[in-house]
Amino acid sequence: MATLKQLAEKEELFTGGHRLCAGCGIPQIIRLILRSVGENCSVVGTTATGCLEVGTSIYPYSSWRIPWIHSAFENASATMTGIEAAYNALKRKGKIAKDKEIKFLAMGGDGGTYDIGFQALSGALERGQDFVYLCYDNGAYMNTGIQRSSATPFGSATTTSPAGSAIPGKTQWRKDLTRIVAAHNIPYAAQASAHNWKDLQRKAERAFAVKGPAFLNVVSPCPLGWYSKPELSMETAKLAVETCYWPIYEIDEGVLKVNYKPKEKKPIEEWLKLQGRFKHLFKEENKGLLKEFQDRIDLEWARLLDLDGKHI
Amino acid sequence: MADNSAKDDKSKDLPLGGVVSNGGNADDYETGGWRKDMPILDKDKCTNCLICWVMCPDSCIIVEDGKMIGFEMRHCKGCGICAVECPDKIKAITMEEEKK
Repeated sequence: MATLKQLAEKEELFTGGHRLCAGCGIPQIIRLILRSVGENCSVVGTTATGCLEVGTSIYPYSSWRIPWIHSAFENASATMTGIEAAYNALKRKGKIAKDKEIKFLAMGGDGGTYDIGFQALSGALERGQDFVYLCYDNGAYMNTGIQRSSATPFGSATTTSPAGSAIPGKTQWRKDLTRIVAAHNIPYAAQASAHNWKDLQRKAERAFAVKGPAFLNVVSPCPLGWYSKPELSMETAKLAVETCYWPIYEIDEGVLKVNYKPKEKKPIEEWLKLQGRFKHLFKEENKGLLKEFQDRIDLEWARLLDLDGKHI
Repeated sequence: MADNSAKDDKSKDLPLGGVVSNGGNADDYETGGWRKDMPILDKDKCTNCLICWVMCPDSCIIVEDGKMIGFEMRHCKGCGICAVECPDKIKAITMEEEKK
């Protein structure tokens, strides 16, 4: 288990000077993950179209001190598994030294992962190729102007699910992608949050270490689309976990483990009230929706606890 | 309309595929101008726990020999995460409005 001092000594492979918003929750995740690749390993990355890609690769600048390529929205997994296949072929032909170990990292936001890149992701997982997929889930298409995605929380106002007289924000529950990914029976799948850097760093290390596909789903606060205060990004992520909206857990070789159980589960309002996208839920007429939200979280948390420690 | 497309076509000057051959050069791009508030460090209070370092989105916390020695102001966007995340008992970082 690395300490912060040890991590800080490692080279910064993701530079400042990127154009992600002030208080964005994505860079912390990337900085930690690039430090968790493993000793004597290098890493190749690809990012699907999205905030992370746009913000870090405005020509002629790049924030990446690793070999990195921009993928189209839908095919980060296909791009990365193609690179992995090429690497294996070159190794077989003796064109890459046998002892040179390279890791493969595909990255995408929730739009590029839950929705648009889902088919490519599912295919790559099924093929069992050796790569890590990181999803930074900020719960909407933030880069193009806050359109709803299948990861957008229930009740959230977005530009394509605006809260008003017709609908009170998004009317559907979000897709539970971590479960869907785990159903591919890959060696490792986990949910994490950057505020708990120890947990995220350990999971990233594990994801790179396993042979075969690994998946990390990390909640990523977005001051722009959540209408939250930039300085509170990590606090907002923490409350997502403390309210059990975003449980942090892992499925390692088929065994589910809940990595953090809040001593006292906070009411969902604690998380919602930090974010302007849920402002309308606090109106008198929407009280029922708050209850509906809480009931669903209670149900899903109970279901998760039931599976804790079990082979699923 | 004047046909100046050939004259102004600089695309041939670009590397094939628009490759950025010196990755990490975003380090040269300054985002400090985005800032309204700036972080101030009280070195006497700081315990070098480096929580600010891990939580900074812009890689602005300068660490040398395991010690937090200051901020990279060329990149700091003034988000204030460092000041919030500095542990409650320490609170070595405060945000102040920057006079430009």
